This record gives sequence, C-alpha cells and structure tokens, in this order.
Amino acid sequence: MQSLASPSRHRVTGSETLGPYTLLRLERRNLEPGVPGQFFMLEAPGRLLPRPFSLCLAPTGELGFLVDPIGPGTQALCDLRPGDEIRVLGPLGQGYRLDVARPLLVGGGIGIAPLPYLAEQLEGAAPVLLGFRSAEHAEAAALLPGAEVVIDPVLVTELIDPGFDVMACGPEPMLQAVAELCPTAQLAWEAPMACGYGACYGCVVEIDGALKRLCLEGPVLDAARLRARVEAAA
Amino acid sequence: MRILNASGCLDALAAPEVARELDAFVTKTVTPLPREGSAPPRIAETAHGMLNAIGLANPGRDRFLAEHLPRLSQLGVPIWVSVGGFTAADYAETCAVLRSDEAAAVELNLSCPNVDEAADSAAEIVAACRRATELPLYAKLSAAHPEIAEVARAVAAAGADGLSLINTLRAVALDSRLRPLLARGSGGLSGPVLKPVALHAVSICHEATGLPIVGMGGIQSGGDALEFAACGASDVALGTVLFADPGAPARVRAELAAACEDAGVVSPDDARASAKSPETQPKVPA
Repeated sequence: MQSLASPSRHRVTGSETLGPYTLLRLERRNLEPGVPGQFFMLEAPGRLLPRPFSLCLAPTGELGFLVDPIGPGTQALCDLRPGDEIRVLGPLGQGYRLDVARPLLVGGGIGIAPLPYLAEQLEGAAPVLLGFRSAEHAEAAALLPGAEVVIDPVLVTELIDPGFDVMACGPEPMLQAVAELCPTAQLAWEAPMACGYGACYGCVVEIDGALKRLCLEGPVLDAARLRARVEAAA
Repeated sequence: MRILNASGCLDALAAPEVARELDAFVTKTVTPLPREGSAPPRIAETAHGMLNAIGLANPGRDRFLAEHLPRLSQLGVPIWVSVGGFTAADYAETCAVLRSDEAAAVELNLSCPNVDEAADSAAEIVAACRRATELPLYAKLSAAHPEIAEVARAVAAAGADGLSLINTLRAVALDSRLRPLLARGSGGLSGPVLKPVALHAVSICHEATGLPIVGMGGIQSGGDALEFAACGASDVALGTVLFADPGAPARVRAELAAACEDAGVVSPDDARASAKSPETQPKVPA
C-alpha cells in the first residue's frame, strides 16, 4: 500500500459520459492500482472531504473511476476537465480474493464500478451479470463487453446460478439478496467515509455482529461476515 | 508549538506513520465500559464543515489498558490519554490507573456533544482527577458553554494544568426530504466553520487563566495554527483536516514556519507573546 504520508496530485486525462455516469481518467503517476475492489479517496473540488471510489479501470499510465453524480462532491468530480488536477490517496482497504474456482461477477447500477478491473485481473475468464434501473443507466455496460444485462424490473439475482463463486457490488438490497443465495459470495459494500484509512470511525457497518470500520475491514467482505445484517433485512 | 491530533480524529494503530509525524498522539476517549458507539450513518459533510456522531466508540478502560496503550506506547510518540465518563469517579478511576511510563498527559473530555452531559461539574471532575494522578491534566471544554472563560477559571482552580479548546459544537443537518442526515439526529460540527469560534474561546480563556492551551477547531494550514498562537494557544491539534490529508502534520509544521516569516514573528511563541501587548492583541470582546 502507498504510504499515508500525503495524497498526491494527479492530472485529469479524460472524462467520458456513460449514460448518467462519468468515467473519470487520471494520470497514474506513482500510484499502484492495487487489488480489484480496493478504493481510492479522490479530492472533490470545492468540498471539505474527499470521496471514496473503487478503481474501475487501470490502463497503462492511468487510473479510471466511474462516478455517479449524486451530490455536490460527485458532481464536482464529473465537472472536471482534462488538465485539471485533484489529490488522490490509495489504494486503500481490502479487495476481492482472486483465488476462486468459478468466478461470476455481479454488478448493480454504479456498483459495476470495480468489475471492469476485476474482470481484467481474472483474465476474462469470468461471466458477468449486470443489472440497471433503466436503459440509460445500462449504457455503462459498455465497460464490460460480453456481459449479460438485465433492466428493472428483472433483477440480477433471478439469473444467478448458485454454483458460482459470486463477486458482487451493488445497492444494499441486491447485496443482501446475493448473500442469501450465495453464502460464500464476496460483496463490495458501501458506506460514507471521511478519511478512508481508519481515522474518522464514520464508515462502520455491522460486520461479524459488531460495528466495524468498513474502510479497514472491507469494502469487500465475505457474505458470512454480514450474516446478522442480512438476516435482519430478510 | 507542538502539533497534536484532536481526540478521535486518528487511529495511531491503524495509521502509525501519521501518528509519528505528531509531537504527541491523543487517544480516542476512553470510558470505563466498552461502547459500541452510534448507529450509522455517523458522518455527513456540511458547508465548510462536517458532522459526526461516533458516540465515543471505544474498547473500555480494561481492554484499552491491556491491549491498546502498551502498543501505543511503543510508537515513539508521547501518548495523551483522552478520558471520559459520566461521573467524577468514572474519570478519576481511569486517571488513577494510568502509568507515567505509558501516558505523557491526560485530556479530560468534559464536552463530547454525542453523549449525555456528565452529572458532575467540570471543576468537580478535574478536582477528582487531580487527586488521582500526577500526570499533566488538560481539560477539554466546549465553546457551547455561554461562560467558557468562567469554566476555564474553575477548572484552573481545581488543578488543571492546561486547556484543550474547543470540542465540536452540537449541530444538525437535513437531507432533501428534511430528515436528519445522521442516525443519531444531531452530531458534533467540526472543520473550518469552527475556527472563528475556537479562536475566540482560546483568546478569552487565555486571558482568564494564562494556562497552556491546545488550540483546535478548523485548523487547515500553518497560517491557521499561527492565528491560534496569536490568540494565546501554546500548542495546536489537527482534527478534520487529517481526514482529507493524512500528511497534514508535516505540512502544517512546514507552513507554520513560513507563516511566522510572513507575519514578521520569530516563532509561534513570539506571536503569543506579542498578542499580550495592547497594540497587537486581537480585539476580542469578552
């Protein structure tokens, strides 16, 4: 992992829209891309706190992040133009374990973000299943050529074969449904984070039956560690 | 001028390289019994600040002493233990079991906005702790108290060696559907929005007591730290800025030297001394 000494400054090399989302490309410079599912804290211009994003793409010399403009910080990131600079810290947290026998990648909405880099690291061997709430949102599926895509009201969980080693990321109800179907699934969870390195204690999730910091324990967690939470929701 | 962290804004065991850049590390507040803390969501960003309602999550006194403090004392940085509780006896019992080879000082958290107020007064708590330990005692006060300088005088008379000013201020933020953003409802407001409030509190408490003061509240830069010195702070602590920039301790230290040069003072101590002269003291109505 990069030393936590200081976030480094990175130039924007590209910004492309994919439906409602923006794929933001940054100069990689000194940063390692890390393990798929790990995240980076990106400075949100004009805001006090950075925002956490899992790495979406890692082309040579670049880091790519998929951003959904849901608030002022994410909107500021979508408004960046090539040549602008932001501070970046990472990679942080725990990513996916890649040593699985029959990987199946499952993504919902903006939760598809870590899957392109994950698919690349799995060397294209894994089938991919994506769900979106509209055809416009589904334009982001272009990041994962060959993926099976469903649009609401069809749910990805209706198509999951439980014989696979599921590696999922998406909204909480989707992750809970995946966890019930596939108790061995690896799930990339989400929580508001101020720091990303264990300092703020803000991102706690009920893990192993107690409130723990997602930035240190996850964001990728074995479904079994979320049992209490999944059972409570069921 | 030493640079510390504000209590609860850094986990030195999770990020030891950040803690080692500080002149002293202040622990998260330790209470007699373990506390899981508040339900999420616990944090939210506001204009020029952030809200938190962590709820004093901590492992409790026994586990802190057995598992955390021995590891913290290996970091090579002086450790200040932040002590919390609900009665004067709670605070004093924790102070009594802290050893001077592991803890360099005690900060009494008399002002967490995310727990109910302690039943005993700040001065009663300080007096009880003074009887329990010879370690330096810093009383962390809230600027929400309408007479903070009077509280400062009272804790000074009760035996406090210094003051930590200020804690977060209780606040609330709503989402677009007009519901509180935090699960707890209200939380503590921190960040740059606090700086003017903190500078005022430091100034009037410095004038009231002359005690050493760790100034904190919205410090983002070395220039901010120098303003705290000019208002009477002897040391400063970094809080919210650490979240966006774990390199802030070294950066603020470097900027502080440059800010002194720009302000025409030799050092932060020089700025504090000059603030005492009538010509240069910030005009702060008491």
